[in-house]
Amino acid sequence: MDFALSEEHRLVQQTARDFATREILPVASQLDAEHRFPAAIVRGLAELGLMGVMVPEEYGGAGMDNVAYVLAMEEVARACASTAAIMSVNNSLVCDPILRYGTEEQKRRYLPVLASGREIGCYCLTEPQAGSDAASLQTTARLDGDGWILNGTKVFVTNAREAWVFIVYARTEPEAGPRGISAFIVERDHPGISVGKVERKMGLLASSTCEVLLQDCRVPRDNLLGARGEGFKVALSTLDGGRIGIAAQAVGIARAALEESVAYARERRQFGRPIAEFQAIQWKIADMATRIDAARLLTLRAAWLRDQGRRCTAEASMAKLFASETAMFAAHQAVQIFGGYGYIKDYPVERYFRDAKITEIYEGTSEIQRLVIARNLLA
Amino acid sequence: MDVVVCVKQVPDTEQPIRVRPDGSGIEEQGLNWILNYYDEHAVEEALRVREKHGGTVTVVCVGPARATEALRTALAMGADEAVHVQDPALEGADHLAVARVLAETIRQLRCDLVLCGRLATDDNASVVGPALAEYLSLPQATAISKLDISDGVATVEREVEGGVEVLQVPLPAVFTVERTINEPRYPTLPGIMKAKRKEIRTLTLQDLGLEPGKVGAQAARVRYSRFDPPPRREAGRVVTPDSPEEGARLIAQFLQETAKVL
Repeated sequence: MDFALSEEHRLVQQTARDFATREILPVASQLDAEHRFPAAIVRGLAELGLMGVMVPEEYGGAGMDNVAYVLAMEEVARACASTAAIMSVNNSLVCDPILRYGTEEQKRRYLPVLASGREIGCYCLTEPQAGSDAASLQTTARLDGDGWILNGTKVFVTNAREAWVFIVYARTEPEAGPRGISAFIVERDHPGISVGKVERKMGLLASSTCEVLLQDCRVPRDNLLGARGEGFKVALSTLDGGRIGIAAQAVGIARAALEESVAYARERRQFGRPIAEFQAIQWKIADMATRIDAARLLTLRAAWLRDQGRRCTAEASMAKLFASETAMFAAHQAVQIFGGYGYIKDYPVERYFRDAKITEIYEGTSEIQRLVIARNLLA
Repeated sequence: MDVVVCVKQVPDTEQPIRVRPDGSGIEEQGLNWILNYYDEHAVEEALRVREKHGGTVTVVCVGPARATEALRTALAMGADEAVHVQDPALEGADHLAVARVLAETIRQLRCDLVLCGRLATDDNASVVGPALAEYLSLPQATAISKLDISDGVATVEREVEGGVEVLQVPLPAVFTVERTINEPRYPTLPGIMKAKRKEIRTLTLQDLGLEPGKVGAQAARVRYSRFDPPPRREAGRVVTPDSPEEGARLIAQFLQETAKVL
């Protein structure tokens, strides 16, 4: 048993922390206020290797592991949860399935472009009638000569407005449920794909969340990702990794809430002394710190398991569930500690509050995570 | 152009630093140790010299085992080689001793130019760079903010009171750098992976032919008698003047009499 990080993991953490503190933190509040996609920051992340952390060097990535990825993710999310979401989708939901299920040609075509940040990707699973029940998705794909024709509507697609690569799940076989689904790689320039409504959200305001429309969208036959009919397997194994990334994002948001709370509690004086001297505040801070530590350990354990090539579905769900609820808890406490100042936009904690909520929803709601965990024990 | 950069590992000042209750030093437990900021700029400048003129960049550190990580950071930024002088006898060595050890180390390396940070953010002494130049009998310039090299001569700029001093210095020479000299690159993840595969050469005092009695704690000419934490910051004072003029007068009075900065 050894809880110490290796030297290279500490270096990754330090480089991500320095970049996040110097380049992201000073502009995070402004990006949020202006709903602005942080293009320059994404380029900076890519230069550091953070847009393709687990992509091997031969495909232009950093060739590192899930532990490095979650350490970096926490640092980025601590500065800006929107930027963390952009990074998470590109790494976990786009590069990862291409790496695991892609053909050699697909890896050569897409990974260097995505890992270098020249282009980013997005993940199109959810549909208006298929959210938690993703297996009931209705988008269709049929073979037509040398290509596939895709039809359907995807919603809540993070990064869609900026993306070049769209990982699209569609039904290729007539039977219902998870069996008839296949995964596809669609490019922005393929005919028939378009980005619809850009959602107006509560949080993650610097990242785009959009509708994606597929109207007789034609993609080459070779753009099937993984085996035909195996798409749901691709989706689920991709989400194991994705959930570990979201857990790390949630830990980062929670840590930001804690750090701001500690600093504020020391400075803010009421009844003639810093509010940090009141037990009511101390207990909040102690509870935040304890839950954050537990969430981080669950996240690192899940990442480590995935690095060992071991099954980590339940552990990834536990990390995601606990970390996201911790982010919400910590942001909630932070707003309370700040009082009226927590409710106004002059301080960052109201942003943490808005950003934290989505971590309990996307890539599987807390209810779905509990279902996954329980099934693992009861099935 | 072969450049040697001397680096130090220091506590991250972003974190609170606590003085030990007995005043013998700072509490090292739980500190985050980083490459000294000024040294980061020295490494960056060395990498730029290499990019322009070719050659190699070697980083050298005198310090305990944990200091390997500072060297690894410099390697991850792009340095070619690293040398770590590590010896239990160096525990308690003072700045002059560290400079002597560095000088002996550098004598064993190919070196056309030595760069150091202007100071280390832990003790702010600014001693090692100038002392090193003396031990190596090389010309030196401190706190440089610009470096140009052509035909074996360095042209350096120093920010001095009221202007900029421009010096021409024949190489080899020792320069300490100011933080305004450049914007250091971040170590990249692929850089970290490459650094991981590089070997850090470890030397002892014996390897350098130095006697522990001459550079260790016994030889130290500086002894720390006590560390005290800085005074706690007091709460700000609020004044409510009746007019802007009155406000200005109160501020001026505060600056002159209380803060004594005017």
